[in-house]
Amino acid sequence: MAVLLLGEVTNGALSVDATAKAVNALKALGDVTVLCAGSAAKAAGEAAAKIDGVAKVLVAENDLYGHRLAEPTAALLVSLAGDYDHIAAPATTDAKNIMPRVAALLDVMVISDVSKVVDADTFERPVYAGNAIQTVKSSDPKKVMTIRTASFDAAGQGGSASVADQAAAEDPGLSKWVADEVAKSDRPELTSAGRVVSGGRGVGSEENFAIIEKLADKLGAAVGASRAAVDSGFAPNDWQVGQTGKIVAPELYVAIGISGAIQHLAGMKDSKVIVAINKDEEAPIFQIADYGLVGDLFQIVPELTEKL
Amino acid sequence: MKVLVPVKRVIDYNVKAKVKADGSGVDLANVKMSMNPFDEIAVEEAIRLKEKGVAEEVVVVSIGVKQAAETLRTALAMGADRAILVVAADDVHTDIEPLAVAKILKAVIDEEQPKLVIAGKQAIDNDMNATGQMLAALLGWGQATFASKVEIEGEAAKVTREVDGGLQTIEVKLPAIVTADLRLNEPRYASLPNIMKAKKKPLDEKTAADYGVDVTPRLSVVKTAEPEGRKAGIKVGSVDELVSKLKEAGVV
Ligand SMILES: Cc1cc2nc3c(=O)[nH]c(=O)nc-3n(C[C@H](O)[C@H](O)[C@H](O)COP(=O)(O)OP(=O)(O)OC[C@H]3O[C@@H](n4cnc5c(N)ncnc54)[C@H](O)[C@@H]3O)c2cc1C
Ligand SMILES: Nc1ncnc2c1ncn2[C@@H]1O[C@H](COP(=O)(O)O)[C@@H](O)[C@H]1O
Repeated sequence: MAVLLLGEVTNGALSVDATAKAVNALKALGDVTVLCAGSAAKAAGEAAAKIDGVAKVLVAENDLYGHRLAEPTAALLVSLAGDYDHIAAPATTDAKNIMPRVAALLDVMVISDVSKVVDADTFERPVYAGNAIQTVKSSDPKKVMTIRTASFDAAGQGGSASVADQAAAEDPGLSKWVADEVAKSDRPELTSAGRVVSGGRGVGSEENFAIIEKLADKLGAAVGASRAAVDSGFAPNDWQVGQTGKIVAPELYVAIGISGAIQHLAGMKDSKVIVAINKDEEAPIFQIADYGLVGDLFQIVPELTEKL
Repeated sequence: MKVLVPVKRVIDYNVKAKVKADGSGVDLANVKMSMNPFDEIAVEEAIRLKEKGVAEEVVVVSIGVKQAAETLRTALAMGADRAILVVAADDVHTDIEPLAVAKILKAVIDEEQPKLVIAGKQAIDNDMNATGQMLAALLGWGQATFASKVEIEGEAAKVTREVDGGLQTIEVKLPAIVTADLRLNEPRYASLPNIMKAKKKPLDEKTAADYGVDVTPRLSVVKTAEPEGRKAGIKVGSVDELVSKLKEAGVV
């Protein structure tokens, strides 16, 4: 059995955490080949070769893959599919865009957000905003899947896989990249951070979000947000944690001015220690918090930031 | 141009799903069902394109049990022109997989020839996030998923997408598939007169067999379990107490 894993490459760099977690999830299924595709992908390939458990790395360096448009990357994966039983990727927005297209081109179902690999055909995945865990058995000849990284530890370093160049596949020519709007930040990345501080509608404004960010900086944490905070323009879209945002499972998650709707809980309830700060003692977030503090966030958060 | 919007009938987003005691699935008997929230956003976007004069007709399609007709009526009341119901199951607990849904939608699209399909990004029951992408593959069309802004410019759609790093704007050739994210728009409520009018709008009923699509699942559900529970912890009385608890727990 052989596994093809699409590495998460952004602007030429490998997202080591997401890729290493996916490697760990998959390595019991067979030799793992990591494909690094991008307009620059050599450095990413070198980084992938060092992940423990990686057997081989393929580097497809071509402008076609520069912005990870779904159609060319899916065509590349399909051109390689013959040699593999499992074709997988960490469940990032890029992979969620690409992998169902790959599956349909191969006439198989995609298995989204795998949280546990039971055996070569059987997988667990959360459904209904994480309120149920389904075990599914695939009857397809090939399994195309995305891996929920928050459910796995990262494979270690110390590998020395061989690295080979991979030729590009055809260009379907259906879409083109226009622009990216990416906020630069020195903070840790949300899905791999050990600590996350999130703000909700209770924070009240974009300016007020500064108090959330100060606490995060004190803790060396990433910043997250509820959907209501993003919809209200307090925080950018890529900070949203939840069923339809990012899934996080840090050591420490601090929810501030967040009520605890099921869609939010779906993205953070596997965190190790959860702290909730909310002025409403009945807020559902307290039902899952390890430590709850009832009160006004505008008093509590600055005091907490100072005392840590 | 014609715009086609697939809409799914799902558990209402305010209802917490309960796993059946025998592990055979989630209990949907007597549970409030609604249109998938992302599909409401997709319908809204299609109607706005019509109001702007960009689209001439909005056709909504649902695949599933007969009761999905109600979901289609809601879309018609919002302003869609015409609906197609494809009956593919008779038990509300049977979920049709995205691959089979995409195959049926492809057959519908071959007949209807829309220039744009706007689907939801994700169904909030199976949380697959797959159908739009699979449909694009089967049709050989381009795809613009997780859209927060859609502009039709001649023979292309310029779409801003919500991605992990922020926002990405791409251009896809038409015909194309767009999938709607949360911030694309705020869907309208149907007014009472429009709900009445919707009862007279055409709703065609078909079956999966009419399109020759086999809906047998590729993924059989072996078991459905409750997630590991999380117990409520304690309430602390002050910031000082919180800090000392966090130190004890070794997380600060
Ligand atoms: C299809 C769909 C997908 C969704 N996906 C997501 C998702 O991925 N992520 C997500 O988060 N949500 C998601 N939601 C939205 C979700 O249902 C809730 O609406 C949202 O999480 C609420 O955000 P909130 O807790 O910030 O706001 P609210 O529910 O309004 O809560 C605000 C809280 O702040 C508290 N508060 C106010 N002022 C103060 C103060 N001064 N001090 C202390 N506390 C204060 C209040 O007591 C209240 O509990 C989704 C919804 C739908 C329909
Ligand atoms: N049974 C269905 N009937 C109509 N549309 C569907 C159906 N299933 C999925 N869709 C569409 O595909 C989108 C994504 O669903 P999914 O891939 O199941 O997460 C939904 O938001 C709908 O627009």
